[in-house]
Amino acid sequence: MHTYKCKWFLEELNEYLDDTADAELRQRIEQHIHECPNCWVVFDSTKKTLAVYKGMEAQNVPADVEQRLLKVLQQKLKPNHDEIR
Amino acid sequence: MSTPSETAFDELALVNRARSGDMRAFSDLVTRYDRKIFRLARHITQSDEDAEDVLQETFLKSFQHLGEFQGNSKFYTWIVRIAVNESLMKLRKRKTDRTVSIDESIDTGEETMVREIAAWDEDPEQRYSREELGEILGKAVDSLRPAFRTVFVLRDIEDLSTEETAAALSLSIPAVKSRLLRARLQLREKLTRFFKRKGDDVFAYL
Ligand SMILES: [Zn+2]
Repeated sequence: MHTYKCKWFLEELNEYLDDTADAELRQRIEQHIHECPNCWVVFDSTKKTLAVYKGMEAQNVPADVEQRLLKVLQQKLKPNHDEIR
Repeated sequence: MSTPSETAFDELALVNRARSGDMRAFSDLVTRYDRKIFRLARHITQSDEDAEDVLQETFLKSFQHLGEFQGNSKFYTWIVRIAVNESLMKLRKRKTDRTVSIDESIDTGEETMVREIAAWDEDPEQRYSREELGEILGKAVDSLRPAFRTVFVLRDIEDLSTEETAAALSLSIPAVKSRLLRARLQLREKLTRFFKRKGDDVFAYL
């Protein structure tokens, strides 16, 4: 087990997942997950974690929430000159 | 299709009109983002009722403080910041026994440890119905501590950039990155038990 390498890999995992690693870092990461089954699993399951969240359907916002919001704003933010007249 | 800079320009024009009292312009801004703000607040507060309060407070405050909006950040990032603060205030009020802050100092040691390793199915979500999946994913996010949950929601659910997330939360970029890593790894671990390949062993390492 390459504890030191694995720790390094974990710290760089985000750069790899977010595609912000430069070519050299990328290659070193790819080499490690090729050689280390544990880190491959961590990489693969973290990637899938993000994928399931991205695919998650946005829960609907109840329609009446927006109506109530606009009503509250209208009441509280009424410009003063409307009331003067 | 409009480019991001056109959108920003168009938005600044709306903000300027709203600032001079044009309520129509302000309504346009509100309806552009209210769903996103409600969802965000619901993720952080875990309550529909609190999220609705946060939504109303956010837009009331944003209107009252419109003069302070600098125009060098996106309007959305600016209101996200207000919404996050309002959401955290709700959490604080609810949990009087525990301080909830996104500024809390984070112990970086233990939380990067990976304790469970098991390969996942190729399409792990296929095993569950849409409702079941929604519940599994929602509960996993809810179980993160607020400092991690907030960063994860902004970065990976609301798709803000690292820089926008840092600005919205008044955090440094390294802090955002390290919290995001911990959030992702913790979620991965929590979800492993639902999504692992049948028969695969779960074992610890590191
Ligand atoms: Zn490794």
